[in-house]
Amino acid sequence: MNDRSAREGMNRMTYREACRHAIRDALINDARTFLMGEDVGLYGGCYAVSKGLLDEFGPERIRDTPLAEGAFVGAGIGAAMAGLRPIVEIMTCNFSLLALDQIMNNAATIPHMSGGQFAVPLVIRMATGAGRQLAAQHSHSLEGWFAHIPGLKVLAPGTVEDARYMLKAALADPNPVLIFEHIVLYNAEGELDPDVMEVDIARAKMRRPGRDVSILAYGNSLPKALAAAETLAEEGIDAEVVDLRVLRPLDNATIFETVARTRRCVIVDEGWKSGSISAEIAARLSEELFFELDAPIRRICSREAPVPYAAHMEEAALPQTAQIADAARNLVKPR
Amino acid sequence: MSQKPHLDREHGQHLFRQMLRIRQFEARCAELYQAQKIRGFLHLYDGEEAVAVGVMQALDERDAVVATYRDHGHALARGLPMGALMAEMYGKVEGCARGRGGSMHFFDRRRRFYGGNAIVGGGLPLAIGIAMADKQLHPGAVTACFFGEGAAGEGAFHESINLAELWDLPVLFVCENNLYAMGMPLELAEAETDIFRKAAAYRTPTEAVDGMNPVVVEAAARKAVASIRDGNGPYFLECRTYRFRAHSMFDAQLYRTREEIELWKERDPIPRTQKWLEENHMISPEELREIEGQVEAEIEEAVAFAEEGTWESVEDLERFVLMDEVSE
Amino acid sequence: MPSLGADMESGKLVQWLVKPGSAVKKGDVVAVVETYKGAFEIDIFEDGVVSELCAKEGEELPVGALLARIAAPGEEPAVPAKAAEEEPKVPIKKPAALKPAPAKAAPVPRPSPVPSRGRTKISPVARRRAGELGIDPDMLNGTGIDGSVTLADVELAAAKGMSAKAPSPAAAPAVRRTGFDPDQMRQAIATAMARSKREIPHYYLSSTIDMSRPLAWMEAFNRERRPEERLLPAVLFLKATALALREHPQLNGFWENNRFRPADGIHIGWAIALRGGGLIAPAIHEVDRYALPSLMEALRDLVARARGGGIRGSEMMDPTFTVTSLGERGAESAFGVIYPPQVAIMGFGRTVVRPWVVDGDVTARPLVTASLAADHRASDGHAGGLFLSAVDRFLQEPVSL
Repeated sequence: MNDRSAREGMNRMTYREACRHAIRDALINDARTFLMGEDVGLYGGCYAVSKGLLDEFGPERIRDTPLAEGAFVGAGIGAAMAGLRPIVEIMTCNFSLLALDQIMNNAATIPHMSGGQFAVPLVIRMATGAGRQLAAQHSHSLEGWFAHIPGLKVLAPGTVEDARYMLKAALADPNPVLIFEHIVLYNAEGELDPDVMEVDIARAKMRRPGRDVSILAYGNSLPKALAAAETLAEEGIDAEVVDLRVLRPLDNATIFETVARTRRCVIVDEGWKSGSISAEIAARLSEELFFELDAPIRRICSREAPVPYAAHMEEAALPQTAQIADAARNLVKPR
Repeated sequence: MSQKPHLDREHGQHLFRQMLRIRQFEARCAELYQAQKIRGFLHLYDGEEAVAVGVMQALDERDAVVATYRDHGHALARGLPMGALMAEMYGKVEGCARGRGGSMHFFDRRRRFYGGNAIVGGGLPLAIGIAMADKQLHPGAVTACFFGEGAAGEGAFHESINLAELWDLPVLFVCENNLYAMGMPLELAEAETDIFRKAAAYRTPTEAVDGMNPVVVEAAARKAVASIRDGNGPYFLECRTYRFRAHSMFDAQLYRTREEIELWKERDPIPRTQKWLEENHMISPEELREIEGQVEAEIEEAVAFAEEGTWESVEDLERFVLMDEVSE
Repeated sequence: MPSLGADMESGKLVQWLVKPGSAVKKGDVVAVVETYKGAFEIDIFEDGVVSELCAKEGEELPVGALLARIAAPGEEPAVPAKAAEEEPKVPIKKPAALKPAPAKAAPVPRPSPVPSRGRTKISPVARRRAGELGIDPDMLNGTGIDGSVTLADVELAAAKGMSAKAPSPAAAPAVRRTGFDPDQMRQAIATAMARSKREIPHYYLSSTIDMSRPLAWMEAFNRERRPEERLLPAVLFLKATALALREHPQLNGFWENNRFRPADGIHIGWAIALRGGGLIAPAIHEVDRYALPSLMEALRDLVARARGGGIRGSEMMDPTFTVTSLGERGAESAFGVIYPPQVAIMGFGRTVVRPWVVDGDVTARPLVTASLAADHRASDGHAGGLFLSAVDRFLQEPVSL
């Protein structure tokens, strides 16, 4: 592979390379695992995640599918029920709606509806999010929708490390796990800690400690939140940044712990505000942590419109660092 | 297993007995429904018994079954215990899905019964995946996937047959064409009313058979399964049949005439098979009475089992939403 | 019709702010009554439901006349209309503002879920912590979002030693206002003051107080604060008087039925000269329990509302003592006329720099003359003298204020 990681050593790589390494590891480690989806093989993946894997593993394990999301996602569910450990890739989460029936009505229900007889140990990876001027049918963040559904687990890697190790944990899970990879992050580079070989997909993770306000973010909002925290630090505001990363089941313990400590909270969510995962978190905080709060909860979400093509419009539609900093600043130093 | 049914006295009586079990079981279900012992949707298989019974003769233990919401016949013919099915419909924890699925969602892991699926067309993609797994883990196993002709309207039908053929998967597609998708007559729903031709368009071997005759269905299913086990990929069987009762319990049947129903009842597989057995001296009046008595007793036992069943603890409501492990 | 002052004999109901069926809570403003002193908001003393409005808007009624009936919470509003007609429409002696018709059963106490008036915003954790510390967060200046009181504000107050509960300076909701009638007010002052001089045997004492220490402390306090947070000498006088009254309760109360009745709390009427002429002295309640910054805020609020016509009935009704401070443009001393049925009035003159002997040396010091006029029926000059000394003593320890 002509990876940057090959040139600079295994510890520095892009998010994309981390995803690829994760898939490769999984295919090497478990003969029951295969990757299936549109253009994962010959094309090398819409976002080049699986580039090169077809040559290494062959067409049975890097399986190109026709454009039939319902059937190949359903096939992944059936294969998981019957003993395999499939990784299904949906090119973007916008197309996942064509498979929503299978995900909701089969993957999420059968374990429970069968009285625990059939598990669905399936991983579905999909690209999510905006920021590449792909317009309204390739830019939405639908992870919050899926996080509504009992029976699913929903992950959103926001770092290279999570991109590298979440898949392994997801495949080890006996439940259907959806991994939302943010399209803007694929090019992000990061240094991997050689001592870290796995991540805990039950827990959110604090990425920056702070005392004054908690900023909760995930996916591509995470780097924005961290940048906002740096800005705030220069002003003497000490913001804590927590990477939600597990959108279902939400890690209440970590979320409540940070907010109970700082007593102020800004939630950043690239989904639309109405009925979003940020709404769910805000509701839980008000239900469970009301008497710990020292300020109203603030949310920075995408504007309630389809994401437009034009760059300035797209930028205006998405949560941005300055808004996050403003919201946090306003909670800590209102005047 | 041979390709052709071996129609001796015992097998003839077996087919008859299996169909009678389904018919009588469901008659009792309808009664219990009206007595409010069974609730929810109840879709009866009355008239279509020859399809499930015929197809199941061609399967063995290693094979998998994906059924529809009209799944009583498939489950009984597959060998799920009648008591567990009745208890399921009662909503008891002794049911085959702990009372969580009810009439439409029978499951049995041990018998590779992958569920009655209540989304039309929803089971076909599952069958693709099960066949993918079997092809790798249990070569030779076949997945029989049942669905009605209404499923032909869904994208999943076409996507799945295409995938099965494309990837040479061991799937037996069984279309139970009973002419009505709920109340939608086939000729109003499909430009091409020969469902098997749609599958043929994906280069899948197909056959359309009289679904009112268990022997014919069995013969076709055996042929299909043999082809699949030989590694020839999927096979598509269209069984032309008819349901004598309404779509579900609360259906005034405004979409079809009484005359049409009576006409089809002349082809009722159960009296037809009984008559055929009697004419060929393959069943004695004593044996007939004995079978009827045994079926009646089995039903009584199933009802008693369901009645004596217990309710799942409400504390377990969220159990199995997420699984702790995968049983292999 | 509530009595808003000893000299009020009638009032005109200008506006109802509730309707039959309205749920009301203690402290809700339910009506506007116009008197010769101007328009007052009438607040209610009970929780309940308005069952009947007996008085019509525009109707002039004697004090004590029935305005409305309130049913206790949960009680059927079942007082028949006939009973209303039988209600004697005569003034009753004691100020009884909007006392409800006798309820058939004792009112069932019900926690009032939401304060009805525009309230101080307090963050949930600040409210909880204030409860733990025994601090009334309504008394604090909020530094949080939208001016809300935050946890830090509560902790700061705790660090400063504030723990006693003090009531809230009520922010009055907007209601229709009418102007004061200068002639009526003149008439009212005449009635009250004439009654005072006719009935009350005044005695007068005065004392000169060295203000250098309290003023120096105040300047230091104010230096770090924004103008709207700074203290004025008046608030020192007010608080020192209140603390002195704690030690001398015989000056804090009412002469009624030929005997002195001590008041339950220290509610000091603050004499406010109105811009159009005339004078009113509405009360700040529980003055002794305020921290200085909150008292300053309450005083500013009171003066602003007095001049804007937003004084509430309860504030007019129950001063237990009166203070008049002449300020920087006034005279050097003020011997007041007691406002009946109170038994004393304190006057603070203009602060002036004068020669003063300290440790045998003559030195220039800012001085103020504090004068007490008291009802000799209720107290004697000795008590009055001790009271004045106490005021001086408290002023010399401004930190303890």
